Amino acid sequence: MVTDLSRRSFGALGLGACASLAMPSGAFAMTTESASALVSKLVNDINKVIASGKSESAMYRDFEKIFVKYADVSSIALVSLGADRRRASKSQLKAYTKAYQGYIARKYGKRFREFIGGRLELQSAKPVKKYVEVTTIAHLRGEAPFDVKFLVSDRSGREKFINMYIEGVNMVLTEKTEIGSMLDRRGGDINALIADLGKAS
Amino acid sequence: MKFLLNPMSVLKHYLPRSAGAIGICVLFGSLTACGPADIPTGINDPNEARNRGVHEWNKRVDTQLLGGSEEGAEAEIPLSEDEGQPTAGIDDSIEGGATDAPARGASNALIALSNFGTNLDNPRRVVNSLLQVRPGDAAHNTLRFGINSTVGILGLIDVAGAAGLPEIDTDFGETLHVWGVSEGNFQELPVVGPSTQRDTAGMAVDFVMNPLWYVFPWPQNLVANGFTWAGEATDRFRYSDTVDSIYRDSADSYAQSRLIYLQNRRFEMSRGEVTENDESIDLFEELYGD
Repeated sequence: MVTDLSRRSFGALGLGACASLAMPSGAFAMTTESASALVSKLVNDINKVIASGKSESAMYRDFEKIFVKYADVSSIALVSLGADRRRASKSQLKAYTKAYQGYIARKYGKRFREFIGGRLELQSAKPVKKYVEVTTIAHLRGEAPFDVKFLVSDRSGREKFINMYIEGVNMVLTEKTEIGSMLDRRGGDINALIADLGKAS
Repeated sequence: MKFLLNPMSVLKHYLPRSAGAIGICVLFGSLTACGPADIPTGINDPNEARNRGVHEWNKRVDTQLLGGSEEGAEAEIPLSEDEGQPTAGIDDSIEGGATDAPARGASNALIALSNFGTNLDNPRRVVNSLLQVRPGDAAHNTLRFGINSTVGILGLIDVAGAAGLPEIDTDFGETLHVWGVSEGNFQELPVVGPSTQRDTAGMAVDFVMNPLWYVFPWPQNLVANGFTWAGEATDRFRYSDTVDSIYRDSADSYAQSRLIYLQNRRFEMSRGEVTENDESIDLFEELYGD
């Protein structure tokens, strides 16, 4: 794995150098290294908050900020809405994405409670189709270590993670199911869904 | 409970161990050549209506046994105007949740009980690893069993895990998978919860073949097995926030628990692969293609 990564990094460095000449500044090709670096920063930020000794409520606020900073929330929001996004108006999509961001931040910010007293460790990275899958291991108090993967994408212009898999449980598919259920419950009314999202956690 | 378990002790006398084991090997021996079953995607749930009925029953039992907290009320949280800046309302909900967290002492006792039950369940895992022709896993769990039963004070403390030998969980459902048996339909079982046809069959075999039945005399073997079940039952309390959030906060708890179970189970069966066979990647492709 290590040799694999370093061999890849040589190629990537060459490619990156070419790309930086050819492209306007800011745009660059994603590599397993850059994706790992992103997740590494994310993990460091999470670990820093865990080790900060702040009150739990202050930690959740920090986790929410981390989530918004590192995740491609708008792509995740649109995929979670599924085919219904095609019949939504522009302003509905905007309101929906904003409500979704708050919903996700609250829901997963709370979830990070379980990470208090533990740590995440970067493990490996590999390309999957046009993305990079980065694997981390969570070591939590009183529990067997478990696998948390991030799928990193640069297709929206910036490198961010677009999916997270906790022991194989796919966040985007889980939320797509949940959004679908919420929409069904409202007879397909997108405005009602947006209102519900504002309240759900 | 006894009516459930008596047949076990009866069976034990009529079915000599070695003969039973050989029978199983012969029965499935031909399958081992086929390799593991494919990991499916999507949801195969032809009996959804019945399963939903069982799920509602499970939820009622859960609420009655544990006393459902009316946390749904806390969902009335005002959204902040500027993105990413949580309002004071969110703080309140979070602090409200924090006070519901179990006391540290209680959770230590639960962890010890869970460790004890998990440790006693190691012989069953070792047998399954051997049936899966994974001698490395069998050795790993045997070593864990040895360390935790001695240094770990009869298994109360997971010393081996702390020393870098984490638990490798397995069961007869996985053994069937390795032998090429496919997942089958989704099932919701009373009390136990989400399963598949294959995993339900696996559970039944695990129940019967657990070496604890045959190593200890009656009724000590029942006590030993009881601890393994209690160890598993502690999950409901140790992960109560997660379970509560699925049961009470989601718009369709049946659909959520079904999806989460299948994804986690497929992840276990593929031994850590997720993205190779990930439907959500296609959804992102579609989005970026728009």
